[in-house]
Formats: sequence, C-alpha cells, structure tokens
Amino acid sequence: MPEVVKAKLIEKEYLKPDIVRFKVEAKSIVETAKPGNFLEIRVSETTVPFLRRPISIYNLNKDEGTLEFIFQIKGEGTKLLSNKEEGDLIDIIGPLGMGTFKFSSYNKIAVVGGGIGVFPLYELSKEAKEEEREVNIYLGFRSKDYVVLEKEFKGVSDKLVLTTDDGSYGIKGFAINELEKDLEKEKIDCIYACGPLPMLRAVKKLAIEKDIPCQISLEERMGCGIGVCLGCAVKTARSSDENPEYWHVCKGGPVFRAKDVDI
Amino acid sequence: MGGIITKGTSIKPRSGNKPPRVCETPSGMLNSIGLQNPGVEYFAENDLPFLKKFDTAIIVNACGSTVEDYIEVCKILDTLDIDGVELNLSCPNVKEGCMAFGSSYEGVKEVTSKVRKVLNKPLIVKLTPNVSNIAEIAKGAEDGGADGVSLINTLLGMKIDIEKRKPVLANNTGGLSGPAIRPVAVRMVYEVAQAVNIPILGMGGIVNGEDAIEFMLAGASAISIGAGNFQDPYTSINTIKQIEEYMEKHNIENISDIVGKVTMN
Repeated sequence: MPEVVKAKLIEKEYLKPDIVRFKVEAKSIVETAKPGNFLEIRVSETTVPFLRRPISIYNLNKDEGTLEFIFQIKGEGTKLLSNKEEGDLIDIIGPLGMGTFKFSSYNKIAVVGGGIGVFPLYELSKEAKEEEREVNIYLGFRSKDYVVLEKEFKGVSDKLVLTTDDGSYGIKGFAINELEKDLEKEKIDCIYACGPLPMLRAVKKLAIEKDIPCQISLEERMGCGIGVCLGCAVKTARSSDENPEYWHVCKGGPVFRAKDVDI
Repeated sequence: MGGIITKGTSIKPRSGNKPPRVCETPSGMLNSIGLQNPGVEYFAENDLPFLKKFDTAIIVNACGSTVEDYIEVCKILDTLDIDGVELNLSCPNVKEGCMAFGSSYEGVKEVTSKVRKVLNKPLIVKLTPNVSNIAEIAKGAEDGGADGVSLINTLLGMKIDIEKRKPVLANNTGGLSGPAIRPVAVRMVYEVAQAVNIPILGMGGIVNGEDAIEFMLAGASAISIGAGNFQDPYTSINTIKQIEEYMEKHNIENISDIVGKVTMN
C-alpha cells in the first residue's frame, strides 16, 4: 500500500553537476516497495510548482529502512528538490505503480538502460543477483560525460556492457545492438528495459523478433501518480483507431510487458 | 467530509483522448482526459461497492454526447445506491455534448429538465466557466429543476512547447484547474449566488481552509476539492480542520451562517 511519508534526507550526492542521488529514511515505503516502483515527491510547500514529481526508486536498503532515488535537474521542480539538504524532510508518496518488474522463472536476464533511464534498473538487477539469477546489463549513454553508476551496475551483474553514442567511452553505438549480438550466441529468458522511447521501441522490436519476454518501464506526463486523474495514458497494443484503449502508466505501470503496449 | 464525487461516468465506456493529456502550468494544470471511463455498468459493479465502504455520500458525475445519453445514464444511476448525480454539462475536452449543452440557458434548461423527469435523486448541474454569463446558465439549471449547481469546471487553456512549436497536449487545448483559476471561480460563485435560489457547490483551486471560506462567503453552501488532492492527498482533511479553526476563531456555530455573507465594497 502506498504511504504518504515525511522522509528524512540522510545522504545527498551529486553524481554529475545535474544528477543528484538522495538517500532518505522511509521505512514504511521500503517495506512494500518492489523493483520498478516509483515515488511522487512534493517539491514545493506552495502551489508553484503545483504537481508532485514522479521519480523512480534506484535502490532499496531493506535492512536499514532507507531508499535511494536519483534525478536529473531538468526544470523548476527538480531544481527545488535539489536544494534540499541533509536533515530536511521530504514529502513522498510511495511505493507507486502496480506494474513492477517480475522475475517469474527467468534465470538468465538481460537489462537494457539508456541515459537517465538506467536508475530504476539497479534495484531490479540487485534483487535478481540476490536471487542468484544471471544478469547481463547493457547501458547506453550519449558520451563519456554522461556515464553514471558504472561501478554500481558492475556490482550487480555477471556482465556489464557500456556503450556511448560517440564512442568516447565503452563501445561505440547503442546498448541494444550489443544485446542483439549476444543473443546470437546466448539464450536470454527475459529482457528488462528503461530509457528513451526510441530505445524502448528497438528493445520491443528485438524481443518480439527473438520471441523473448520483455518488460519495459514507461514514462508519461503525470498529474496525480495514484490512478485518479487518468492523465498518463499509454495506448494498448490491442488498441485500434476504431476502438482505442488506454492504460495508465502510474497505475497499471510503470512497467508493462512490451508486447502489451503501443509505444 | 460530506461526500465523494466521481469522475465523469457515461452510458457506454469511453476511451478518452490521446496522450499527452496533462501538463503543469503556473499554480495549476491543464488536462484533456476526454472523459475516459469504463461506463456506468462497470461502475455499478466494480467501483460503487468500493466507494460504499466509506461512510460518506457518493455523488456520480454523469456525462454524455447527446441528450439521450444523459437521460439513459441517469435512468440507471437512479436505480443505484448513490446519494446524488452531478450532471456534467461542462467538459471542455470532448467534441460533442457536455460544454455544447452547457453554454446556453436553453441548452442547460433542456437537458436538466429532461434528466429531472427520470431522476428522483438529488440533481446538481456542473457549469462551465467558458461562457460570457454564467449566472444566466445557472438560471437555466434552476429553471430546469436542478437541486443545486456546482461550479466551476475547468477553464479552456493551451500550453505551447516553444521548441516543437506545437501545443503540449495532444488535444491542443485542455481544461485549466488548480489555484490558478480560484479568483475566477470565486467571482463566478458570487455572480451565480446573486442569480439563483438553489444551493451552490463551489470549486476551483481550493487547497486549504482559507480558500474554502472564500467560496462560502461568495455564496457556496459546500465546496469540493479536485486538483488539490494531487498535491497532497490530505488536502480535504486539512481543509476541514482549517474551516473548523476559522469557525472557532470567529465564534461561528454553523458554517452555513457565513454562506454568501461577503459584503461588497
């Protein structure tokens, strides 16, 4: 069940000048949170900005009742959030989203992430490793300056492949291409992905071609984050022009089976 | 809390508009949901039993594309274990119905009176602010037999992405809600209060007790909160507490004593 908590900020770290990691005390959220869940964070005491910011969970520390999230300072809201200091209380609703990453009987998994979409994939990979699944991670970034969390992802994977669009770090090209190459020689039970839409489309296409189950975490502009306003609509794959059908990222998602959604 | 009002419910399921459907604006948000809902039958079977678990009145917002739609959905709603119907004659995000009926005295009176014939439960008509004279529209609801009016629905707005040079919302325009619209709502509640004798349910950007009192002084017998819940799920509870504090501070025994008690300069 989602809880509304005033979570104490206990650790703040800039991974990049515009990428911040927060660690907060949020025992009641941590207890029920699953990989893929997200948070709705109030960034202002006033009505400007008006809406909470949906931010994915990066890491759950179940033993100490803390959780971590990482966000990019993009606009007014995330700027305000980044002004919080250690010791401050942050108004958070979570865990949110009924669609989370599921492992089922998948023993060997591939995790594909792009840019700031890599954050929710850490808890997923960590839990998979804890359950002794084999985890291959493919992360793509624009260039060397954008690469984050290499060491962390290395620690929760059997194999980590890094790519940059310009080749300034790791392999030149897209992460998905490296997965595609590996699929020629390895069998993967399920692909998990989060990142920019073009990447997710490519992952979905590949998964369907190779007939591999695939779970993707989506983003859409949100109003409430709790399934009330019906704002964050995503078209279902079985939808048609005559009979359009929408699910909602905050409620049914943010993780969906790739074959179920029209992205 | 006196009750919960549902989102728009229609006779048949509605899929809603293409995304993006929402975007943030100063002290508010634009939405163009397009009345997505699973239809009244699904509501009766699945949502109503859940809502009935709470000890509060359940009022269903009814919407439609044609007069017949409104009549049909209200016929069914009249048979359900609910406490009232709010007739949505004001959604700005769908092509047919709704705001089209809600924009004239005649249109509002016609739909209201036809629904009145099939509905024995309390009937509230929700008005659009996207008109030149809302008092006249409210009169249409009263003359059509409404038990009350609720106002305001959202104000039609647009936000443009200056990089793409396109509106952010797929529907181009959407309804503005949140504190940004509150002064407009307060003014309209006042105007309607001068024109009709039926009670007013006031809404539009209320996020605390002070906002609620403003609406009541302007003439609202009750208030409701929508977008404010997105910012803080406890907005309604806190607002009630703050209203009580105001009553205590000003020795007000019954909150209805302040309804419409604004003194104009």
